[in-house]
Amino acid sequence: MVDPADGAGCTSGNGACGQRRALGRRIADDRGMVARLQFRDVTLGYERHPAVHHLSGEIASGALLAVVGPNGAGKSTLFRGITGILKPLAGSIALGDLDIRDIAYLPQSAEIDRSFPISVFDFTGSGLWRTTGAFGRLGRRECGRIAEALAAVGLNGFENRPIGTLSGGQMQRMLFARVLLQDAGVIVLDEPFNAIDARTSDDLLALVRRWHEEKRTVLAALHDMEMVRANFPEALLLARGAVAWGPTGQVLTAGNLSRARQMCEAFDDGAAACAVRVPPRVA
Amino acid sequence: MVYDALVAPFADFEFMRRALAAAAALALGAAPIGVFLMLRGMSLVGDAMAHAILPGAAVGFLLSGLNLFAMTVGGLIAGFAVAILAGVVSRVTELKEDSSLATFYLASLALGVTIVSVKGTNIDLLHVLFGNILAMDNQTLMVIAINATVTLVVLAVIYRPLVFECVDPLFLRTVSRAGAPAHLAFLGLVVVNLVNGFHAMGTLLAVGLMILPAGIARFWSRDITGMMMIAVVSALLSGYAGLVLSFHSKVPSGPAIILVASVFYVLSVLFGRAGGIVRRFFPAPHLEA
Repeated sequence: MVDPADGAGCTSGNGACGQRRALGRRIADDRGMVARLQFRDVTLGYERHPAVHHLSGEIASGALLAVVGPNGAGKSTLFRGITGILKPLAGSIALGDLDIRDIAYLPQSAEIDRSFPISVFDFTGSGLWRTTGAFGRLGRRECGRIAEALAAVGLNGFENRPIGTLSGGQMQRMLFARVLLQDAGVIVLDEPFNAIDARTSDDLLALVRRWHEEKRTVLAALHDMEMVRANFPEALLLARGAVAWGPTGQVLTAGNLSRARQMCEAFDDGAAACAVRVPPRVA
Repeated sequence: MVYDALVAPFADFEFMRRALAAAAALALGAAPIGVFLMLRGMSLVGDAMAHAILPGAAVGFLLSGLNLFAMTVGGLIAGFAVAILAGVVSRVTELKEDSSLATFYLASLALGVTIVSVKGTNIDLLHVLFGNILAMDNQTLMVIAINATVTLVVLAVIYRPLVFECVDPLFLRTVSRAGAPAHLAFLGLVVVNLVNGFHAMGTLLAVGLMILPAGIARFWSRDITGMMMIAVVSALLSGYAGLVLSFHSKVPSGPAIILVASVFYVLSVLFGRAGGIVRRFFPAPHLEA
């Protein structure tokens, strides 16, 4: 269960800052390798109806990419495909030499049972699953890391509160703390700032920038175009297919946005089988 | 006087000591399982499963009389069969899992009672329906103790995946493949503990020491560890007090144990620290921050 590379990252620094630096280096060293996400003519959907239709492209390692588009554009579906929860209807998503467990995924509506009697500390600690596995002990170092992650999202003093007592914003802060602990090379955030006030989203955006500085790949689905322009160097405008993909300034033009809005959201029961020829699948 | 009432029954009579040991083993295994059933909203599923094991045990009885081994194996087979069949029916058809489970357990109960009535006497039927914790032979006691031990060990092994399978299954799926095996192992433990309860309390009350202590614990703790501790302690207390009650009165032992647990439950609903009714209507003054 324990990733050897992870262990190396832990032993190389004493303080947590040292650890973080060491980890940043590790990921930076890997950049030469094929640690990038590739969409190979991928179609994702539900019961044969495509939600993401014939998407091809590549996300470089260390990218900070905003995925934008109207409701129903396929943003969440794309993320579910990347994290392996949804199998492609056609085509494939190549993770290079990334393990699926090296992707930290924060879903839009987390299926979290908030009435479950578990403390904020224990819940957040599950972010260390790759280190502890199902049986590993939470030693002093692990407890220190959990406390530090909670402090980083401004939840000091909440350790012993049951998760059911958290507000929406506090809940999101806690989920970010868990992503922080997962220490993943790829971080996928599905509309992380929905119904979150400005101060909380500023705090959490600072974390996103930190992840970017640490050369992690960060993907976030967002609706706030100002936020995207100010913080995300690259953007993918999605409307079932890619309407535009590249530097944010060139993607978020008025023309592109209105084209995306006109995309067909229909889920046509009578639709014929898609006629686009699918090239042979590359394994 | 107090000694006569509370200790003497167990000091003087071996069958009472055996009953107490059986109740203790039952409490240790069943109460933590009950807490998880409650937290997953599966309390009634447990109840239905308890009735579902009857025909298996009855077929064991039919083939080899009141033979413990045959009845245990029969019960296990029937329990798993009904669980799987109900799951299959709800996947393949429009029927929801709860109603298909209800159908299967009613059919099972009817079938089981029929088998026992045709072959055995009314005494046998009473034994199957209400168990007989006062007639524990070595063999039965051993089976109950082993089942309780296995339950605690397996629960310790699957604990962390099981907790996160309850609280955040989507996350668990992205970090580990342990979720589904943990859930299956948990269902296995439910059936094992139902068979345990079946020997001591009979098919109708087998879930009693699972569900009631869990309900009690919910009113005293907001933390899963605390809940399991309280559930075990209240199950032990109910077992002991129920046996004392049945010794001094005409109340049969199985129902006595469950009645005592029910009294604890009502008291908890009324006076529980964590969301009890009294606290709700006469709340302590609110805090400053």
